[in-house]
Amino acid sequence: MIRLLAILDRKLVRDLWHIRGQVLAIALVIAAGVATMVMATGTHRSLEETRAAYYDGYRFADIFAYANRAPEVMVGHLAEIPGVARVESRIVDTVLLDMPGVVEPVRGQVLSLPEGGIAALNAIVLRRGRLPSANHPDEVVVSEAFAVAHGLLPGDAIQANLNGRRRDLTLVGVALSPEFIYAIAPGDFVPDDRRFGIFWMGRDALEAAYDLDGAFNNVTLAITRTAVEEDVIRAVDDTLRPYGGIGAFGRDDHPSHAFIDGELDELEALTTVVPPIFLIVAAFLLNLVTGRLIDTEREQIGLMKAFGFTSYGVGWHYVKLVLVIAFLGIAIGFAGGYYTGRGLTALYGGFFRFPFLYFSLDTATFAAAGLISMAAALAGALMAVRRAIGLQPAVAMRPPPPASYKRTVFDRLYLTWAFGAEGRMVLRHMLRWPVRSSLTALGIALSTALLISTLFFLDAMDEMLELFFFDNQRQDVTVSFTLPTEDAVAADLLHMPGVHAVELFRSVPARLINGQLRERMGITGRDPGANLTLITDIDGFDVALPSDGIVLNDALAEDLDARVGDLLTVEILDGRQPTLTVPVSLVVREYIGRAAYMDRTALNRLVGDGQVASGAYLIVDSDQHDALFYDLTHSPAVEGVSRRRASFETFQQLIDQSMGTTVIVYIAFASLIAIGVVYNSARISLSERARELASMRVLGFYRREVAVLLLGELAALTLIAIPIGCVMGYYLASLMVQEFGNDVFRLPLIVETSTYAYAAIVVVLATILSGALVARRVAKLDLIAVLKTRD
Amino acid sequence: MPGAGTVIGSEGIDNKGRSRSEGLTFSIRGLTKVYHMGETSVHALRGVDLDLPAGEFVVLLGPSGSGKSTLLNIVGGLDRPTDGAVSFRGRTLGDLSEGALTRFRRDHVGFIFQFYNLMPSLTARENVGLVAELARNPMTPEEALALVGLTDWMDHFPAQLSGGQQQRVAVARAVAKRPEVLLCDEPTGALDSETGISVLEALTGINRELGTTTIVITHNVVIADMADRVVTIADGVVHEVRQNDSPKKPSELAW
Repeated sequence: MIRLLAILDRKLVRDLWHIRGQVLAIALVIAAGVATMVMATGTHRSLEETRAAYYDGYRFADIFAYANRAPEVMVGHLAEIPGVARVESRIVDTVLLDMPGVVEPVRGQVLSLPEGGIAALNAIVLRRGRLPSANHPDEVVVSEAFAVAHGLLPGDAIQANLNGRRRDLTLVGVALSPEFIYAIAPGDFVPDDRRFGIFWMGRDALEAAYDLDGAFNNVTLAITRTAVEEDVIRAVDDTLRPYGGIGAFGRDDHPSHAFIDGELDELEALTTVVPPIFLIVAAFLLNLVTGRLIDTEREQIGLMKAFGFTSYGVGWHYVKLVLVIAFLGIAIGFAGGYYTGRGLTALYGGFFRFPFLYFSLDTATFAAAGLISMAAALAGALMAVRRAIGLQPAVAMRPPPPASYKRTVFDRLYLTWAFGAEGRMVLRHMLRWPVRSSLTALGIALSTALLISTLFFLDAMDEMLELFFFDNQRQDVTVSFTLPTEDAVAADLLHMPGVHAVELFRSVPARLINGQLRERMGITGRDPGANLTLITDIDGFDVALPSDGIVLNDALAEDLDARVGDLLTVEILDGRQPTLTVPVSLVVREYIGRAAYMDRTALNRLVGDGQVASGAYLIVDSDQHDALFYDLTHSPAVEGVSRRRASFETFQQLIDQSMGTTVIVYIAFASLIAIGVVYNSARISLSERARELASMRVLGFYRREVAVLLLGELAALTLIAIPIGCVMGYYLASLMVQEFGNDVFRLPLIVETSTYAYAAIVVVLATILSGALVARRVAKLDLIAVLKTRD
Repeated sequence: MPGAGTVIGSEGIDNKGRSRSEGLTFSIRGLTKVYHMGETSVHALRGVDLDLPAGEFVVLLGPSGSGKSTLLNIVGGLDRPTDGAVSFRGRTLGDLSEGALTRFRRDHVGFIFQFYNLMPSLTARENVGLVAELARNPMTPEEALALVGLTDWMDHFPAQLSGGQQQRVAVARAVAKRPEVLLCDEPTGALDSETGISVLEALTGINRELGTTTIVITHNVVIADMADRVVTIADGVVHEVRQNDSPKKPSELAW
């Protein structure tokens, strides 16, 4: 028995070698499914763990609060709030810098470092150089991303405008901080390392620069594990209110944390939605392919039964065949997933500027992906083996009786005559095996759908950027003022170099509350009839800003569970800090960010400090940019300047880097699956029909003519499958859109014609390639052997 | 069809030139075929010399492994000799390209196989029509099927026909293009004697009416009685060639 098994195993090895092309194609389909799963979950998990370790190791705070000027003694009071573990006071302000090579003024945030000690919270990671020394008030440490973007090294000089005074600073160190994994300028959505940097200076130096001796204007707190963040925030607000506190906030409202959360959410969506779909599609195809592979072994199964092998023995033999293929695929998938996951993690890690990187894989993910693939392969194989075993050995040894073809409705309609004999053979063969033909078409359709549902991400990202940066924004430049400024400023701006049009806006920090739900959010006030910035309603039409009530964008409305007509409680976190009740007058569509808008006059009235503006949108002659920016940079009233074009490019770059990479990996895997499925379909058709095709060769048909017959069916099924795949792809994309979306951006369901075309082209190319490979085999058909085999 | 057609058609073998078929259809000299299977070599043919006159009904007899199928395959342009030559009406087959060999099969040879090798997805009429479409001066499928007595079964698919009927469709398919040569490898091997005889009757009828040179491989010695010429092959050489002056009718045979 042992020797017999050994011989059977040798048969197994030779069989596998004989069909190695198919083995590889099937293995690659499994591998693609397993690899996406392993890669995606591995990347997500690694980044989350790395971030957690980073936060932990460098003591990222839980609560952040600003004040105008609080005496240092308040630190003790804050520390006494129940649930507070640690408190660190700081001085934080914005700075404007002159950086060579950047047309617009560069913004920065300056933060104090405790003198001579280690920061209790938000410790920095020194990457180069050293910390500022106590008696050198002009020494500064800059964030690594900014240093890299500008090629700055310790020893370099920087000119900065600190509290209205021009200062020559010396760069002594380069650092990372868990607080600025992403450095996002106030009012921006995405980091822009060329135009926004972080600067750390000694506490004494900044106390002197800002006249804050023995006082602070920013405080961060760590809370105990059992503390309720909400309660602590309320207590901090109460403590700081007399000192101009404008509302403490937790990590969720911290720009860097919120942004990286968004990135991780997006990655999680990519990992929870796409890979299971890949795996399911791959598993289904696997089931299909192994089933058909075993069907072609029918004769051998009959023979083995005739020799006296039990059904179990024969079944086990073929199970082993499939197990080998599945193991191969899973192994390739694990390796591929591991390496792409590591690569992606490293890529994101560099992008996030983590000081270190953990790569950790979830063994459960490995196991689940492997088991699902294995089960799908075995199910396909066992069903086919059972089909073969159900036959009497003598019957099984004979190939299936001449397939009983019948006249079809096409014949009755005399349609088939239009196709000629070859066309009739192709058509009848497809109709004779409707299940098999539909499954092949379904497999090809699913591959197409998979391609579309990954490619569409690129379309959606384009559409998202298009709406936000081009349809809804017309201004060239956005200026923000240091302080709310009287409307007369509009006339002054209009007189600056190259300025054609000016539109003022007001921006007020606020807390929006609907029942239990609360969001910290800036409210933007715009003038009626504003035409540099537009809003789009939920159906995609441009609409005017209502003169009363508050307008929410779709993401914010969803977060607050607010509908038009609902009354929101609005706590203004500026000036007298009034609390008001305002109805939601409109919900608008925006794919990027969360936002709330009001009529500027109405907003100013609510806040109660006269008709003022926080900034302005400008239309500017492009050849006057340099002159304008020079003037703006040197105006003490200007806090920051941004160009729409630059913001767009930064955002696009960010999306390309983060999502783009993952999506491209998925597209590659989807293409691989498409090729694997099509190739297998072609190969199996060939083995099913080898005899018929060889007979035709004997009868005097040329190779080409015979290949046409075989490939005609593949071509016909592909042509049928592609439109079905396009429809399925659209629905798959809509499923992804539903699962997708985070605080930073959401995806519109837009599938461009070019995406359908690209998917179709990949599938058609896969068909042609497989066709060519299979056609080569037609040339090698053994014409003599075929005459000797039974029908 | 591109490329292939000129080789035979333009060089003296004329499908319609019936007068030329008075001579030899096949002239075989020193035909050797060695199959290399790994480290061993199998000598299937070891120098066959044979002349087959046009219009004859030839039966090739011999035990399994004697080389008769190899001989038929080479003569039919399915295989190439290791050494020696087959000349078909003065033209050496060994010189032909792959495409030209296909062309040769298409224009001049009709094949009939033990297992019929019909296209399961085509009806009887369409199976015949498929090959007739390739020929220059074919019969209509209806004519060809009438020759084998299947007029009433023309629109049936292979699965709806008995074995004998399927083989007769194969005969009709082979003769529809009016080939010079009909090569039959065990045409009755899968049939009972009564059905087998009906197929043989179809073959002799065609041989008589169309003057098609017919070569039948069999190890059924009884069938030799109906041949004009009986060639016995053993161990890869021609063992005996026997003229049969009074061939029997198929209906007189029994096994």
